[in-house]
Amino acid sequence: MSNPSNLKYTASHEWVKSEADGTLSIGITQHAQELLGDMVFVENPAVGRKLKAKEECAVVESVKAAADVYAPVGGVVTAVNSELDSAPEHINTDPYGAWMFKMKPDNAADVAALMDAAAYQAVVDSEAH
Amino acid sequence: MMLKQTPLNAAHRAMGAKMVDFGGWDMPVNYGSQIDEHHQVRNDCGMFDVCHMRVVDAKGNGVRAFLRSLLANNADKLTLPGKALYSSMLRPDGGVIDDLIIYFMNERWFRIVVNAGTADKDIAWMREQATKLAPQLSITSRNDLAMVAVQGPNARAKVWQVLPQTKAATEGLQNFQAADCGEYFVARTGYTGEDGFEVMLPKEKVEAFWHALNKAGVPPIGLGARDTLRLEAGMNLYGQDMDETVSPLESGLTWTVDLKSERDFIGKAALLANLPTRKLVGLVLLDRGVLRGHQQVHTAHGTGEITSGSFSPTLEKSIALARVPKEVQIGDTVQVAIRDKMLAARVVKYPFARNGKSSL
Repeated sequence: MSNPSNLKYTASHEWVKSEADGTLSIGITQHAQELLGDMVFVENPAVGRKLKAKEECAVVESVKAAADVYAPVGGVVTAVNSELDSAPEHINTDPYGAWMFKMKPDNAADVAALMDAAAYQAVVDSEAH
Repeated sequence: MMLKQTPLNAAHRAMGAKMVDFGGWDMPVNYGSQIDEHHQVRNDCGMFDVCHMRVVDAKGNGVRAFLRSLLANNADKLTLPGKALYSSMLRPDGGVIDDLIIYFMNERWFRIVVNAGTADKDIAWMREQATKLAPQLSITSRNDLAMVAVQGPNARAKVWQVLPQTKAATEGLQNFQAADCGEYFVARTGYTGEDGFEVMLPKEKVEAFWHALNKAGVPPIGLGARDTLRLEAGMNLYGQDMDETVSPLESGLTWTVDLKSERDFIGKAALLANLPTRKLVGLVLLDRGVLRGHQQVHTAHGTGEITSGSFSPTLEKSIALARVPKEVQIGDTVQVAIRDKMLAARVVKYPFARNGKSSL
C-alpha cells in the first residue's frame, strides 16, 4: 500500500489530512501499523485539549507493544474517533481511513511545512536499512 | 552481533514472516496477523519452529539418581517409559537456573529439553554437578537435532498424515509422554494449552517436514502467538516470570517442587529456610488498556509487579501474571499503574484459557 499523496506526514509516522472545515484528521501510517501488528487498544486525547507540536497525545497498543502518537502541529483537539474503542483493528485494515482524532491547528502554515508522501517514504526506506 | 538462525530461517522468509531478534536468534514473530495465528492454534492447529530450544541427552548408569539431586521436581515420579516431567533446576540459593522438561526413556537414558537462552549455562551446570555426583554419565547437547511443535486440536492427526510411520507408536501416548520412533522423537507436550506434539528430528530433515506439514494444511505460527497462547495457558516464561533471582515458590512453580519426599536436591535447604512472602497470580484488566511486564500492581497488602502481560485473543481482554504479596486473594481487585493512570484489575486463578476456550 502506498502512502496517499493528498496527506501530510511526520517522521514519527502520523498522517495528517486537511479537512474542508479547516480541521485536521490524524492517524498512523501503513508503515507504523505494520510494525506494531494487531491493534487492540487506542487511547485518544480529550476533546478540547490544547496540544503543542510533537507532544505525546495518544497511545496505540498492539498485542506486541504500546506506541505513543504525537501531535503533528500545535492546536486544539476537536473530535476523537470513538469507533476505534471497540474496533482498534480498523487501524490495521484501513490505516488511512481510521483517523484517531481531529484538531484545529493554531497555524495553517505549520501543516504545509509537514512532509509530503515522497519525503515520508524516504524516511521509511531509511529505517529499513 | 550476528543473529543465530535455525534450519528453517529461509522457509520463514519465503512464507512472509516478520523476523525479530529473539535472544540472539533470528526468529519469526508472525506471518501476518498474530491474533489470527493464535485462534488458528486454539481452533485447528499450527506449527512452530522451536529449533532454537536445546535437546540434551543424559545417559549412563545412575542417571535417575543424578536427576533426583539435580532437579526440584522428583524424577522418581516417572515410571512409565516415555513419560515426561516439568521441573525447575535450582541454584543452591533456590534461584531458578531454568525450567525444563525431562523424558524418561529407560534407566540409562533421560532426555532433557531446555530453553534456548539458557542452554549453554544449563549444560555447564549439569556437567559440573555430574562431575561431582555421577562422573560416569554423559551429558550430550544434541545440536544435531531440530524441533517443531505442532499444536491444536487437530495437530496429532496432521502429524500422523505426514509421518504415518510414527502413528502406531504415538497413538496411545498420554499427555506428557513421548515415543522414540527412530529418527523421529515424538512427544505429546507443548507450550500452548492445546493438544499436540513436539517432534524432534535430524536437522537435515526438518525443512522437508515443515513443508510437508504446511502442504497438509498446517500454517506456521510465530513467536508472538506462542507468547499469548502460553500466557493464556498460564505457563511460565523463563526470564520474565522467573529467573535466578527468585524462588520457584514465588513464581507459580510450587506444584513442580517436590518438598514432600525425603529426597534432597540442590536448592532444597534454601527453599525450606526462606518461606515465600510473594506469589504469582493471574490478573484480568477490568478497565480498557493492556497489561505489560514490569507494571506496578498496588494491592491492600503492598506492591507487586506484572511479570508477563498482554492482550488475550481468547478472552478479548488484557491478562497478566503478576508477583504480589502472598496475602492477596483470588477475587481481590487491585490497581495497576499504566502510564499516568491507575486501572482496576481482578485477581484470578489461572490458566486463563486452554483447549480452545476460556477457563475462567
